[in-house]
Amino acid sequence: MSDNQKKLIEMIVGMQSPEAIELTKVMLEEGADPNTILDICRKAMDSVGQKFEAGEYFVPELILAGDMLERISELVKPLLKEGGGGQKKTHGKVLIGTVAGDLHDIGKNIVTFMLDVNGFEVKDIGIDVPVATFIKEIQDFQPAVVGLSGFLTLAYDAMKETVEAIKTAGLRDNMKIMIGGGQVDQVICDYTGADGFGLNAMHAVKFCKEWFGVKE
Amino acid sequence: MNTATQPTSNNELYAERVQRLNDAIALRQPDRVPIIMNSLFWHTRHAGLSFRDAMYDYDGLSAATRKALDELQPDAYVLPHPIMALGPTMDIMGYRQLKWPGHDGVSNDVPFQYLDKEYMKADEYADYIFDPTGFMLHKYLPRIATAFEPLAKLPNFPSLYYTRIIHSTRSFANPDLVNAFQTLQKAGEEMGRMLGKTVQFIDDMAALGYPLAESATALSPYDLFADYFRGSKGIMLDMFMRKDLLLEAMDKAAKLIPLQAIPAAKHSRSKGVFIPLHWPGDGLMSPDQFKTFYWPPLRKVVMTLIENGLTPIMFWEGGCTSRLEHIMDIPPGKCVYFFERTDIFKAKEVLGKLVCLRGNVPGTVMSAGNPDDIKAYCKKLIEVAGKGGGFIMDGGSGIPDESKDENVQAMFDATREYGGYA
Repeated sequence: MSDNQKKLIEMIVGMQSPEAIELTKVMLEEGADPNTILDICRKAMDSVGQKFEAGEYFVPELILAGDMLERISELVKPLLKEGGGGQKKTHGKVLIGTVAGDLHDIGKNIVTFMLDVNGFEVKDIGIDVPVATFIKEIQDFQPAVVGLSGFLTLAYDAMKETVEAIKTAGLRDNMKIMIGGGQVDQVICDYTGADGFGLNAMHAVKFCKEWFGVKE
Repeated sequence: MNTATQPTSNNELYAERVQRLNDAIALRQPDRVPIIMNSLFWHTRHAGLSFRDAMYDYDGLSAATRKALDELQPDAYVLPHPIMALGPTMDIMGYRQLKWPGHDGVSNDVPFQYLDKEYMKADEYADYIFDPTGFMLHKYLPRIATAFEPLAKLPNFPSLYYTRIIHSTRSFANPDLVNAFQTLQKAGEEMGRMLGKTVQFIDDMAALGYPLAESATALSPYDLFADYFRGSKGIMLDMFMRKDLLLEAMDKAAKLIPLQAIPAAKHSRSKGVFIPLHWPGDGLMSPDQFKTFYWPPLRKVVMTLIENGLTPIMFWEGGCTSRLEHIMDIPPGKCVYFFERTDIFKAKEVLGKLVCLRGNVPGTVMSAGNPDDIKAYCKKLIEVAGKGGGFIMDGGSGIPDESKDENVQAMFDATREYGGYA
């Protein structure tokens, strides 16, 4: 790994956003391979995730890391050759959305981001997602894990209805469902019929690694 | 049941309830653990109102609230009108920061929700710090409501003097501004109707023996910028990228926020100032970030309120167990810490001699559990968090909209059954 590559990792992990963006520009001007830069970002995000898991980093660091990744991707993407797009997601498909009636998205976005940087193929279908849309998206995308997000207490019933509809549509077998959003606990997990609940993004990553049999 | 002499009149009942609440806040042992009715849409559903009607029908909201008060007989109640009965005024002014039932394609049977967006741009901190009034009038207000849009055309008053002030009257004939003032007059008249009915309701309820739990609201400077100005993503980036500007702006806000809360509370029946805290939760920032960005500006607001004879009631949303040791530098018996998912039993150990605790029957159990679960949790709350006084019973975030009626009743029954200090 070159000095600049090492430096870029340090800057991203060290939350030095303007410096990391500037260095990316310099590296690209000097002819660095855009795919290599994306690989570096992925390595850096792994470290950020580990620090979050270890209680050293918190939500603001994840948000800033996500923002850095977005800005770097914007610089890199126009330079990628057709078909290029960074490392292939290998671990499996996860569909995620905020349930009907609820407009909250920051928690869902963080979970999407953390699953993505951990190698899962994530489809985020947005907020206030009606039950029928969940079913259609599941049929199209065929995920093995579905994440239902919600912050309001009305989400309890919307989650329960979504889980029931998945069952009725014959899609529940061989599928794991996780719920999250800060207002859930085991009582609500049982109530909705989900397989697990999480209070932060790393819980979601842990569930998915466990359910997909991903080795650490 | 407590064995105190039964009050003979509503006046005595009112005084007895206020005393119970004040004793708990001052860390004295009351005759019984006080309990607050703190509901938005639970009780309006209970009375058969749609979510939409709860926001538009002032008399319906008052009747629903009175019905719940009569049934539950709380020691104090949270007035729902100022946060709920806003539909008609918001329609007139074209308010944009909320989605609410029956408006703009939203169904009649969902609660209102705040829209987390960037209402102030990252490079506008300097404008706010230089002249918060000018920033509000010319930039912020025009973004958050249609009727405020023409305010951007108001003169920049601090730049004016002598004849320039006379010339500046020209702006007030600007057709867009004239229109805006007419619309805002209508909004003001509607708000006057709502507030008139609200004041009447407060007086009527006081005559029936029901005290208000709080009379004004304030907020934490960090939440002001997170929720209402920069959006949740913006503020988190600002902590890293615009640290000094954010700190300076919050310092300014900490002086401005009490200017609204103090007169509102001083003219009211209750000295309680409710401070909903949205972003202090355990995972939402690091201990260092909390000690730098969150607590110092909030503490400034809290101390100003206390110095003015008011009682800050801080609602710590989510779980804040990791913050307990950092929020001890307050004078004893002067405020209330209302916890949602924080370990309230640990809070009693850490803060029990300093501050009255309120909460925290889990919302999940209120919605999906049964009365036995509720009673068992309340009993433990009373025995541990309520030991020696300094505790007020409430749901973790009040009574969730979807609570089962029998669970709400169980919370009140359990408080009367187990809450007496013999």
